[in-house]
Amino acid sequence: MASGIKDKVAILGMGCSKFGERWDAGPEELMVEAYLEAMQDAGIEPTQLDAAWFSTHIDEIGTGKGGTPLSLALRLPNIAVTRVENFCASGSEALRGAVYAVASGAADIALAVGVEKLKDTGYGGLPVGNMGTLNPQWSPSGSAPGNFAQLASAYRAKHGVSKEDLKRAIAHVSVKSHANGAKNPKAHLRNEVTEEQVLNAPMIAEPLGLFDCCGVSDGAAAAIVTTPEIAKAMGKKNIVTVKAMQLSVSNGLESQHNSWDGSYFHTARIAAKKAYKEAGIDNPREQVSMMEVHDCFSVTELVTMEDLFISPEGGAVKDVMDGFYDADGKVPCQIDGGLKCFGHPIGASGLRMAYEMYLQLQGRAGERQLPNPKIGLTHNLGGAPSQNVCSVTIIGAHGA
Amino acid sequence: MAQQSVGLTAYGGYIPRLRLQRKAVAQANAWVAPNFLGKGKGERSMANWDEDAVTMAVEAARDLLGPDDDRSHVDALYFGSTTMPFKDRLNSGIIAAALTLEQSVRAVDVASTQRAGTSALMQALSAVKAGEAKNALVLASDHRKTKAVTSQELDFGDGAAAVMVGTDNVIARYLGGASLTVDFVDHFRGDTEEFDYNWEERWIRDEGFSKIVPKAVKAALENSGITAGDIKHFVLPCIFGDKFAQQLAKRSGISPDAARDTLAANCGETGAAHSLVMLVHTLQTEAKPGDKVLVLHFGGGCDALVFEATDKLSSQAGKRGITGSLKNRVEETNYLKFLTFNGLIEWEKGMRAEQDKKTALTTLYRNEDMLMGLVGGRCKETGVVQFPRSRISVNPNKHTVDTQEPYKFAEKKAKILSWSADFLSFSMNPPNHYGMVVFDEGGRIMMDFTDVEAGTVDSGMEVKLVFRIKEFDEKRGFRRYFWKAVPIASSAAKSQTGQAAE
Repeated sequence: MASGIKDKVAILGMGCSKFGERWDAGPEELMVEAYLEAMQDAGIEPTQLDAAWFSTHIDEIGTGKGGTPLSLALRLPNIAVTRVENFCASGSEALRGAVYAVASGAADIALAVGVEKLKDTGYGGLPVGNMGTLNPQWSPSGSAPGNFAQLASAYRAKHGVSKEDLKRAIAHVSVKSHANGAKNPKAHLRNEVTEEQVLNAPMIAEPLGLFDCCGVSDGAAAAIVTTPEIAKAMGKKNIVTVKAMQLSVSNGLESQHNSWDGSYFHTARIAAKKAYKEAGIDNPREQVSMMEVHDCFSVTELVTMEDLFISPEGGAVKDVMDGFYDADGKVPCQIDGGLKCFGHPIGASGLRMAYEMYLQLQGRAGERQLPNPKIGLTHNLGGAPSQNVCSVTIIGAHGA
Repeated sequence: MAQQSVGLTAYGGYIPRLRLQRKAVAQANAWVAPNFLGKGKGERSMANWDEDAVTMAVEAARDLLGPDDDRSHVDALYFGSTTMPFKDRLNSGIIAAALTLEQSVRAVDVASTQRAGTSALMQALSAVKAGEAKNALVLASDHRKTKAVTSQELDFGDGAAAVMVGTDNVIARYLGGASLTVDFVDHFRGDTEEFDYNWEERWIRDEGFSKIVPKAVKAALENSGITAGDIKHFVLPCIFGDKFAQQLAKRSGISPDAARDTLAANCGETGAAHSLVMLVHTLQTEAKPGDKVLVLHFGGGCDALVFEATDKLSSQAGKRGITGSLKNRVEETNYLKFLTFNGLIEWEKGMRAEQDKKTALTTLYRNEDMLMGLVGGRCKETGVVQFPRSRISVNPNKHTVDTQEPYKFAEKKAKILSWSADFLSFSMNPPNHYGMVVFDEGGRIMMDFTDVEAGTVDSGMEVKLVFRIKEFDEKRGFRRYFWKAVPIASSAAKSQTGQAAE
């Protein structure tokens, strides 16, 4: 029986670029921006890095394949760079690689960097790509909002929620994230919005309107990890450690077997259960202090509250409307603005989520600092509801 | 030796549900062609953007064949059309794959003339008579492109018809026929051209139809051993009006009352398909057992075939055919949409439409029954069905290995589990509808929807599956086909499918 990752690895430093429409920066500049902040935070020299993990999703318009883009941009000392890609959960994969390297003893200090340069496509939204040669010959040539929007129709049917009630609940999800993002200087979207604005926005994919969709942004985020012992030896205080890292990947059940009803994420439930077990959490609604979840679309966040066992099954609409996940609620969610407002540079997003949890746990989150958080959860999803990868990571104060 | 009775044993039909209102066309073009205002009456059938001669033929054939998975009895397929999507790729081969016919089927494309449908039928009759085929499926379909501001865009329609030729349970016995070949060029479509070039209508009527058709009629009557007075139904596609058809019948000694509805008012002339469209319509409406039906098609001469309806005709009563297709109609008043669907307008499709649609032909062939026939897999051990088929079963309770046999989904009952109407992704007819379709007997497919009544879709609605164009590869002149779900508006159910038993 594996002993798990709990408290084996500490975060030594983190960095995150300003997210947004970074017309001024290519992927190289974005990586450097996140990297320099992380290095300064960690207080180490490049020669102390043993290995690096590098995440980026879209080769065609992004940084290109392989490990070289990172090594070149950062002028790394010819160390190992492993490029990882796992859809929108790629950033969490980079962190997982670095954490596992340290936990295995293969590296004392490892770097994880995620980046995406999305605003070189010439249009809004995500670029379209082919998935092999067979898939495009039969799968609908849809879009991310069209795929995630389907959660709404299935959720409504399953729980008997009216179109209007669900639309209002997911509107509240976005209103809350905009209120949070407005307080974050690095966020892409820093404007507060009203429920009326959200409800009346142009339709993107029924029932998701413009404000139900996250920002499509340029950005990079970085983490430097080591062992708690090394961190202590370096004189670090308020050490934050990794409590759990789980990844669950669809095997076709949702898309090909009729046991899935389309209203939830099969993988998220599996990853969450495993992560809670690894972290020693038995009552997540009470024990998790705060969360950054993969709110690519408002409805994704809503159903995810149930998939993470924070809201009871069918109870997310009520919790959302009650403000349970608001900044002043019981379990604040997307306190940095989330994908919705901080933005979603795909390869960086998982690391961006960890960045906020790390800042909050160290009491360095500025205007949006929560009172005394102990346990932070990040949920990073890639793919579509019917076929996806889902990462759940839990980090917290060392010894918590 | 007793003469074996050869004839039609079944029929089917398909007319796309959109009906372009001619008034909308005539009014839009009145600034340049006020002379067409008089033709601004009635409606013509209009294919959806994802339909072509092949997909419409598949629909007509499915109507004829019914929902039975076993189609091994079909041993020949004759497909007549002047608008085949491929110049060199057996178009009837695409149809055979979509219908999951056996590889041993004799599939033939008959093209290049308006009488392609009747010529296909004559070939099938010959093959069955000669004993070379037992059940020869004849399909005729046309989707003719017309330039804007032409009388053709008003006169033409899109559609398909199907008849089966065989010897058992004959619904219309073949009595005989004749073909006349005359290089009378009333119109032509050059090798490199998309559109017809037409000569003067009066000449076509007076020197073409009026002189050539009666000769073919005379020959056909002689060959079938009956007289003109015996003909109860005179089936002749022509765009010169009912009165002209009646005169032409009379000129051949046939009662003017025998001239059958050309469907000009509510369908338009469906090209090479139209004689069979009119024949199926006649068999569904006015033909009675014992009636003799003369089927004609003019074009590079004239085909003429004589049939006698039998008392088995009622066996086809459950078919949609042409009458059912004509009832399934949605009025379209947007002429610009018609022009756009037919590629007559260069419009900005957005950057998302720039994605390369190159099709890996190796992949297509390797997965042919899946992609063309919507064939998935069924586990011989557990009975679990799935799409696509795979070596390791998706069944979460038992991932059996190499236990799957082919399982056909196309005719199975299904409902919508989840869906969206997507305004972001490129669609020829936005919003782009797609979703998860769950089959009553197991299995599910995330698929495109088509022929959608926007605003009516919801979870739990029943769908039927149709074979359609998935994507055009404009760079290479290829088109991908796959199956799509058509939500059945009348089925909007309160309950949803949820956890189907499996």
